[in-house]
Amino acid sequence: MSEAPKKYMNPYLAGFFLGFVLLAAIYITGRGLGASGAFKSVVMQTVNSVAPDHADNTAYYADYNESHPEGPLKSWLVFEILGVLIGAFISAVASNRVSLKLEKGPGVRNRTRIIAAIIGGALFGFGSQLGRGCTSGSALSGMAVMSFGGIITMLAIFGMAYMTAYFFKSLWIKKQ
Amino acid sequence: MGPLVPDIISGEFNFMIALIIGIGFGFALEQAGFASTKKLVGLFYGYDFTVLRVFFTAGITAMIGVIVLNHLNLLDVSIIYVNPTFLWAALVGGAIMGLGFIIGGFCPGTSACAAATGRVDGWAFLLGGSIGIFAFGEGFPIWKDLYLAENWGPVLMFEQFGLTREVFGIVMILVAAGAFVMTQIIENKINKKETKWFKPTIIKNSIIVGTSVIIVLMVIITPNRTEVMNTRIDEKIAAGECNPKMMNADKLAYELMNQYYKYNVIDVRTPEEFKAFHIPTAINIPLAEMPKSGNLSTVIQNIKINVFYGANIYQSQRACMVSKYFGKSDNFALDLTASEFNKQYFLLTTVDENASKTDVELFTFRKDAGEKLTEIGEAVANIDKPVQKKTGRVKGGCS
Repeated sequence: MSEAPKKYMNPYLAGFFLGFVLLAAIYITGRGLGASGAFKSVVMQTVNSVAPDHADNTAYYADYNESHPEGPLKSWLVFEILGVLIGAFISAVASNRVSLKLEKGPGVRNRTRIIAAIIGGALFGFGSQLGRGCTSGSALSGMAVMSFGGIITMLAIFGMAYMTAYFFKSLWIKKQ
Repeated sequence: MGPLVPDIISGEFNFMIALIIGIGFGFALEQAGFASTKKLVGLFYGYDFTVLRVFFTAGITAMIGVIVLNHLNLLDVSIIYVNPTFLWAALVGGAIMGLGFIIGGFCPGTSACAAATGRVDGWAFLLGGSIGIFAFGEGFPIWKDLYLAENWGPVLMFEQFGLTREVFGIVMILVAAGAFVMTQIIENKINKKETKWFKPTIIKNSIIVGTSVIIVLMVIITPNRTEVMNTRIDEKIAAGECNPKMMNADKLAYELMNQYYKYNVIDVRTPEEFKAFHIPTAINIPLAEMPKSGNLSTVIQNIKINVFYGANIYQSQRACMVSKYFGKSDNFALDLTASEFNKQYFLLTTVDENASKTDVELFTFRKDAGEKLTEIGEAVANIDKPVQKKTGRVKGGCS
């Protein structure tokens, strides 16, 4: 692509637009947005397919499968996340931002960044299960409906990130 | 009345909605720059507060929207999904997520956006996320107690502070506006840019914040639909225009004995009173709950004639007015109260010896009616009652 990537949307405008999407989700379906739940569905489906015996014999998977009789993948969030992938792709194409690359802090090796991303992902995945939702499902949607649990989860996420930011400085910013 | 799912939109179509909403979600996140890990992490090192701006603006917009829709009776906030509060799981889970955020540079939703736009680190984060979720499932017995501890249920933030939803909304708007100003100053300082205050920008931003506050204030000041309804009905009663058609109890008994299926007998007392005694075939819709959408669909129909009764005549007349207010014309108020009806038909003993012939006939009729009605009541108890629509809370969330 020869054209330079376009500038990002004004954050307040993007936020306003995102807020309307969230409001539409609440008005139409009575629930907010989400993300980690869709990945959980994928994980559940994988466990069911790869190790069906294990899934039957472990209470956690058995309970989940019982409450999702139509299969883990036939869930609202799976379709929503498919939409997110499509929407993000459309937006990036429209703004010339699609490119195969690895984004990282200055002076960070590719391998370090990939490993950090996997570890960070694993922590986030784990935390989202414990906290019953991630930044989308718990924090953002929780804020819209003023859920106490959602808002304290949000404070815990950002609070912890701020408190530990100093220790992971080398991953993100130049040494001064 | 929202939410439209599951009563108005149902089943498979909901998945289409999910896809469309997801597209909007993904589009917004990408446009905001959330597919870029550097932009996300900027929040924690102070060089780019985009995340906070987008996040807070989105949350506040949706929050005001919910307040307004609720006020206009377009959205029933009592049934929308509210994330339940499990105190320790929320705090510990949130802390672990925070750590994941600073190490991995994404959250699940934004990593999906990054992956969709070709970021390899986005894919790595997604892979890690799946591993984390899998690990949680495998070790579930270990953290089960923590996961389930301190279950407070779907608690709301403003309830915790003893405020109303609207007042808390205004507080949140002001907090957000303050945060926007503060973070702009910090951001400029870290990027070594001078903070300049342009008058037009200040005016523009004040107008935006002011408008949001005014919208919520309007919600607080103006009465909602139910209040408007009650005021109108009160005015009509005061003006002496409250003269709903009355139905004679004997007439009702006769009609029910012969064609009960033409009547929608509605008991407007509390469920407890209803349980203690009610006219056979009657259904229970407490007066205050009548304007709810599920109940209105039972009251406002074209097939049956409504007959209201309550603990006193005032209640049944008022119920008639409410029904009429929402557009049903065939309303009757029973001329007896529930307990009078009970006495007149079901608690009969013997007829007075000196009674006239007409009185004896009436007595026999009432006694027969009582027995017949009980019979009909039992017969139709399960088949003819309108299906009690139970509106449960919407299921949602990420888990």
